[in-house]
Amino acid sequence: MKHRFQLQVGPVAFRIGSEWPQPIEQLKALYAGYPAPAHGLCDFTVRLEAERPWRRWLRPSVAIRGDYTLPDAVPMALAHGLLAAEMGMNLQMALGQKRFLLLHAASVERDGRALLMTGDSGSGKSTLAALLGERGWRLMGDEFALVDLADGRLHPFPRAVSLKNQAICVVEQIVGPQRLGPTLADTPKGTIRHLRPAEGAVARMGEPAAPALILFPRFGHARAVRPVGAAEVFVRLTQASTNYVALGEPGFDALTRLVTGCPAAAIDYPDTASALALVEELA
Amino acid sequence: MRNARLLARALAEPGSVTGLSPGEWTELIAVARAESLAGSLAHRLQAIELPPKVAALLADARRDSEQARTQALWEAEMARRALAPTGVPVILLKGTAYAAAGLEAAIGRSIGDLDILVPRGTLDEVQQALLAAGWEWVKPDPYDDLYYRRWMHELPPLIHRERDRMIDVHHTILPLTARPKPLPLDLIDKSRPLHGGLRVLSPEHMILHAAAHLIADGDLAGGLRNLWDIDRMCREFSRDQADFCPGAVEEAHAHGLGRQVMTALRLAAQIFGTPLTAYDGPAPIDFSPRRSDRYFRARLLARDGWGRETRKGLRFAFYVRSHWLRMPPLMLARHLWLKARR
Repeated sequence: MKHRFQLQVGPVAFRIGSEWPQPIEQLKALYAGYPAPAHGLCDFTVRLEAERPWRRWLRPSVAIRGDYTLPDAVPMALAHGLLAAEMGMNLQMALGQKRFLLLHAASVERDGRALLMTGDSGSGKSTLAALLGERGWRLMGDEFALVDLADGRLHPFPRAVSLKNQAICVVEQIVGPQRLGPTLADTPKGTIRHLRPAEGAVARMGEPAAPALILFPRFGHARAVRPVGAAEVFVRLTQASTNYVALGEPGFDALTRLVTGCPAAAIDYPDTASALALVEELA
Repeated sequence: MRNARLLARALAEPGSVTGLSPGEWTELIAVARAESLAGSLAHRLQAIELPPKVAALLADARRDSEQARTQALWEAEMARRALAPTGVPVILLKGTAYAAAGLEAAIGRSIGDLDILVPRGTLDEVQQALLAAGWEWVKPDPYDDLYYRRWMHELPPLIHRERDRMIDVHHTILPLTARPKPLPLDLIDKSRPLHGGLRVLSPEHMILHAAAHLIADGDLAGGLRNLWDIDRMCREFSRDQADFCPGAVEEAHAHGLGRQVMTALRLAAQIFGTPLTAYDGPAPIDFSPRRSDRYFRARLLARDGWGRETRKGLRFAFYVRSHWLRMPPLMLARHLWLKARR
């Protein structure tokens, strides 16, 4: 394809091709400082192409395709091309990644101990991970946590953090604009702005860490901490996994090891300050 | 990379991949995924020394195909249990059949729906038994339902409400509206039993079905994988029986599909190097290339290094052809009119 970019994120390399220059330029700026794929080999191909040939020029409409494609995915406006590229990478991981158990979760690490946070959209896990990443923790990822099928360690997957709506202002106050992508207004998920993780998180993208704690954060409630039983953690994580079923027995084994080896708690919080305090208390 | 030739060559001659550049590897893997041949490629390249990233990706593909095989065989077993009380002979078709029969064509193959063949007279009984065992209709539309029942070679698709897996129940191998009229009772008569009670088609009929599906039905979407099945089966069956391919052609003539099987075998030889020998008997068989083969070859290989479909015009021509083959023109017009009005 005419416009292209290759990107290594943790153990995964992407090749992204686009029929328009804008999404590729935005990707290159957002991922400045990321290494090129080791030996030039890519795990997944993402294609941003016109939904119909004439939609390349006329009301441009970006269809997200690649090695793995959802047949009924809604195309996006060219103004949201960067988001389309991000979603394209997520799609390849969700449908095609079979080397790791994939959990829809944010993860951060300190002193070799990794903290996993998972919850529904709006639970605040991305925001929490982004803020912890600026306060002495290493951001491992805000979208997917990669559990090694062989040894159970978490592999970093530090893509740009997708900040939504109010979280954008919170992060803009502590991070310089050079680490932020363009503000994407009126996307299907509201306003979105991407944050490039801190330099240390990018530099250490090849270092896995042992999972030490699983949290289920929930935003908008009075401060509370509840224990969660292993069976419930297991079921909630099967729901948070995109490839648990597809992996079969190795997926079951990896999830069992994670759940039996790692304490878990549900935390409610009214604001980010109390969430950060809670995490420091529990970790 | 202008077409899928690189993939075809890697499958046919695994040694050809040594010296590929990183860019070519990325392209090869994208094309193999797009053609649902990543698992097959992974097995073919297992003995070759590969860059570590490629080796890891292909190991993933092998693990994936192993899981697909387990699931497909389990689904076949579920159907067997549901249909055992009816006493109806259940013949597995396509990928599940290759896996259940332990054929080389199944190694690394992706397997989608479960396809079975049963005698037409038992359809009601089979349908009742499947509905009672948890399968449900996928398409509730009355026109589609009527269309399937009157004109197709299979029941409308059923999906299992708990396992989310589809089953296609065939009573013959081509739509009833297609010009060739294969003989389903002969397919059933000559089918072979497997351990456990299920059956598969005879080797000649496996080729017949694969070729009918590829050449006489549909627009060749996913055709490269079907052709790879044909190549693998011809090689495996020819090892025990040197004149297997001429025999399969002869058998196909009896089903009115001699020309289609010939075309499929020629294409397999041209793209994958399937060994075919001309046959000089009372009815000579000549496998030398025909002029029209190049259109089929171009269509089968119409994919670029990004995994994109290429040759839009040729693809459309084959799409039109698939409808032309499937039903007479007036009926086609009526069908398209009714579909368009919904």
